[in-house]
Amino acid sequence: MTLAFDPPVARASLGYWAGVSRRLRRDTVSMVCLVVLLLIIAAAICAPLIAPYDPSVGSVVRRLRPVGTPGHLLGTDDLGRDMLTRLLYGARLSLIMGIVPVCIALVIGGSLGMLAGFVGGRVNTVVMRTADVFFAFPSVLLAIAIAGILGAGVVNSIVALTIVLIPPLVRVSESATAQVSALDFVEAARASGARDTTILRVHVLSNILGPVLVYTTSLFSVAVILASGLSFIGLGAKPPTPEWGLMLNNLRNAIYSQPLVAALPGVLIFVVSLSFNLLADGLRSAMDVR
Amino acid sequence: MSERVAPLLDVRDLNVAFSGERGTVHAVNGVSFQLEAGRVLGLLGESGSGKSVTMRALLRILPENRARISGSIHCNGRDVLALNRRDLNSFRGGDVAMIFQDPGVALDPVFTIGNQIADTVIRHKGVSRQVARARALEMLDLVRIPSARRRLDNYPHELSGDMRQRAMIALALSCSPRLLLADEPTTALDATVQIQVILLLRELQKDLGMAAIFVTHDVGVAAEISDDIAVMYAGRIVELGPARDVIKRPRHPYTRGLLASTIHAESHGARIAGIPGSPPDLARLQEGCAFAPRCTLAGPECRLKGPELAQDSPGHHFACFRSMP
Amino acid sequence: MSARPILSVEGLSKQFVLRSEGFGVPPRTVQAVSNVSLDLGEGHTLGIVGESGCGKSTTARLLMGLIRPDAGSIRLDGREIDRSARGLTEFRRYVQMVFQDSSASLNPRLTIEASVMFGPMVHGVARPAARAIAHRLLDRVGLEPMRFAGRYPHELSGGQRQRVNIARALALEPRIVIFDEAVSALDKSIEAQVLNLLLDLKADLKLSYIFISHDLNVVRYISDDVLVMYLGEVVEYGPAASIYARPTHPYTRALLASMPSLDPDRRTTAPPITGDPPSPIEPPPGCRFHTRCALADEVCRSAKPASSSCGAQHFVSCHMLDPRSGHRQAGQP
Ligand SMILES: Nc1ncnc2c1ncn2[C@@H]1O[C@H](COP(=O)(O)OP(=O)(O)OP(=O)(O)O)[C@@H](O)[C@H]1O
Ligand SMILES: Nc1ncnc2c1ncn2[C@@H]1O[C@H](COP(=O)(O)OP(=O)(O)OP(=O)(O)O)[C@@H](O)[C@H]1O
Ligand code: SF4
Ligand SMILES: [Mg+2]
Ligand SMILES: [Mg+2]
Repeated sequence: MTLAFDPPVARASLGYWAGVSRRLRRDTVSMVCLVVLLLIIAAAICAPLIAPYDPSVGSVVRRLRPVGTPGHLLGTDDLGRDMLTRLLYGARLSLIMGIVPVCIALVIGGSLGMLAGFVGGRVNTVVMRTADVFFAFPSVLLAIAIAGILGAGVVNSIVALTIVLIPPLVRVSESATAQVSALDFVEAARASGARDTTILRVHVLSNILGPVLVYTTSLFSVAVILASGLSFIGLGAKPPTPEWGLMLNNLRNAIYSQPLVAALPGVLIFVVSLSFNLLADGLRSAMDVR
Repeated sequence: MSERVAPLLDVRDLNVAFSGERGTVHAVNGVSFQLEAGRVLGLLGESGSGKSVTMRALLRILPENRARISGSIHCNGRDVLALNRRDLNSFRGGDVAMIFQDPGVALDPVFTIGNQIADTVIRHKGVSRQVARARALEMLDLVRIPSARRRLDNYPHELSGDMRQRAMIALALSCSPRLLLADEPTTALDATVQIQVILLLRELQKDLGMAAIFVTHDVGVAAEISDDIAVMYAGRIVELGPARDVIKRPRHPYTRGLLASTIHAESHGARIAGIPGSPPDLARLQEGCAFAPRCTLAGPECRLKGPELAQDSPGHHFACFRSMP
Repeated sequence: MSARPILSVEGLSKQFVLRSEGFGVPPRTVQAVSNVSLDLGEGHTLGIVGESGCGKSTTARLLMGLIRPDAGSIRLDGREIDRSARGLTEFRRYVQMVFQDSSASLNPRLTIEASVMFGPMVHGVARPAARAIAHRLLDRVGLEPMRFAGRYPHELSGGQRQRVNIARALALEPRIVIFDEAVSALDKSIEAQVLNLLLDLKADLKLSYIFISHDLNVVRYISDDVLVMYLGEVVEYGPAASIYARPTHPYTRALLASMPSLDPDRRTTAPPITGDPPSPIEPPPGCRFHTRCALADEVCRSAKPASSSCGAQHFVSCHMLDPRSGHRQAGQP
């Protein structure tokens, strides 16, 4: 017969995040996505070490070589530059333009939403109505409009994307905060004399982190596409800088002669975006206890 | 009970287990009972004792992929566990109807009360819409909803909580079921409303000659409405008998503990002799009597094998090795 | 009420303004608590009963200083509470609360030890000392710290969670604890254990309780004084023994008669009262109970009954108790 009760040792119970990470590690799809993303990021960081050529030097005689050409594993582009090299370097800018705006927007939008959800009343009305105004436009149009006003360039597109991504994050964090704040334990904390900042730090933050992080992960996938989109229409990175969206644009004319080469940047954008999306799904179900 | 007529409901050795991540949850373990037409059985037990699962098994509305049901259920001459999908639909709502704790579950928010009742009547009785509407009006009158004719065209959210509960009862009774399953229909209600609903159900049950199973965790409510009371603990019936006997001469130590924990007029100031400990985990049930870990009478035999229901006086059964009268 | 009052409340009122349903539509107000007065004797238990929505929780939150009253005064030990931030923090040390929903009142991301430690740490107790307090209290409410301290709320049963909530409320060494339906969601056998614990704690720690519940038997069991509320107003107030022996307000009588009898031979035969309580948005004029009262007369529909005495410390707000009210049966209830 087994013991019907727990043995009398202090049991450090498995924390919530430890449980989430354990469930996530069991999820094959999420793990594959995570590995793919980490590999791409590592490759982008190590680009100068592993890239076989200089990204901006091409040779007129070796233009538009197909995939599999000896010496040029992924072929060359319309100016004869090595595609593998350019894709590796391009990953740097594409990822930065996708990831940095989301991180800045997470800090700004997340805090604004928390403030609005927790304080409520007039502050809530002002913050949420402002967010709604931005939210009313399709994100692509908004990003183009803002980038257009600010002028082309990497920094300006990052600013534009950040502005576009703030309102949805405000919304998610506001609704999560409002939900948590209505629970009795927040009232109980207040009843024990805790100040609002303490309550926000200890009780609210720990409970909204989950839903906000899931949403943020899925935003990476949107941001990477938007960033490439801006470069594609000439509002982001400028030639000859390697960037996936821009490369896609430059190779537009090669779509008939070397379709495979022309599609490569698009494939990478798709893979990164899809991986973030699937990872967000996995994270959501891993956080779903009970 | 001298003549041997077949009872309306005959449940034998009913077992329900759910398979899930945490292992197999044995929610109902060997439940047997009979119910004759026109009688009310109160099913009394604490949270998680398997009351709702038993009710759902009787109607076969448990999730089929996760719930394993065994044993036999015969109702109104039908073998419920063998019914095919079509017969099951006429069985549910026709022979047997169910009412829930939360009227929000049973009433559809997008249809008026009148249409919901009428649709059910048409589905089961195949009458014309006009006849069905008349029946709906008759039902709302029967459950004493004021100005019933006007209420026919109300949506559920336009009714107060009390009237929603009455409307749900009207819906359940509209096809004159032989058996009514009531799963804590008054638990969420205020005291003054609860007693009104209990009295209404008691009266309708008598007038319509229906049998009913009334699930509750409140001894007082069970005493108000039941002819017989079955006490459930950890998925088993531990005591079954006429309401008067079970409440005034309880034999099972759990029933005794439950009654002792129920505070009533006389208990002021004295310490309450409750039951120590808490109910067992149904995913890790031990051999023997499930109540043994909390029982003051328990002896070695209680931990070896589970006691069977034994007769005390006519119709009064209990499952305990050591209880003395 | 013979004991020295530790908390005395006079004329407490609170209304909530609901969000307007569109432009031009005037916002509606909920009269959640209207003119409530009460005294809590040192070492006593005051029970508050009444049906859903009658303002019990709002009263509790007013007493905790969690919401600001529209009118009325709250005095602790004879001193009016100071509503500055520092004054409220100080006040809340003395008055703590246990809520009904045992799981919503614990932060799911904190271990139960951390939940109990939170209050003392807010008040400047160092972490190791706070942990010692938490372990002592968990032990006191019957949860062995060795086994339970590191667990998360979802790893406990409802009764165990409610014990944690009690420990948490006691961590600031309060003098008054308010229980808002704190045992209502528990099973009877567990409820009995928790009630016994409450009685022990009260004696050991010299606490005073305010015990809110809709279960009249439980309130009678635990209370010295009882306050009966209906739609935000006090309808009857007095010593528990007196109220249960001689319930006087028609609502109190109906409420008591609505309790199931527990005896199959003496079942309730007729409903003591019909219908639902009306909404506290625009409550009925006059006596708020007149729409459901079998004894209501002309005067009840227009004039608010005053509070009359009907025994030692026993007060009732009903026109029938006031011989000069003009009610047909006045003076002979
Ligand atoms: N669909 C399901 N899947 C898995 N387990 C279930 C399911 N439904 C019920 N259970 C488990 O079966 C056991 C009995 O549950 P049941 O709902 O019958 O209790 P109950 O007596 O009705 O309690 P309550 O008074 O709380 O309604 C519980 O342990 C419950 O967790
Ligand atoms: N923050 C709020 N805003 C608007 N209305 C409120 C608010 N809090 C309470 N109310 C309303 O005030 C009335 C009294 O509520 P309260 O919660 O005090 O009742 P209660 O007696 O505790 O009821 P219950 O037994 O259901 O807990 C209710 O009608 C409720 O809807
Ligand atoms: S004042 Fe009138 S309406 Fe109110 S309780 Fe007394 S008799 Fe009834
Ligand atoms: Mg149930
Ligand atoms: Mg309440």
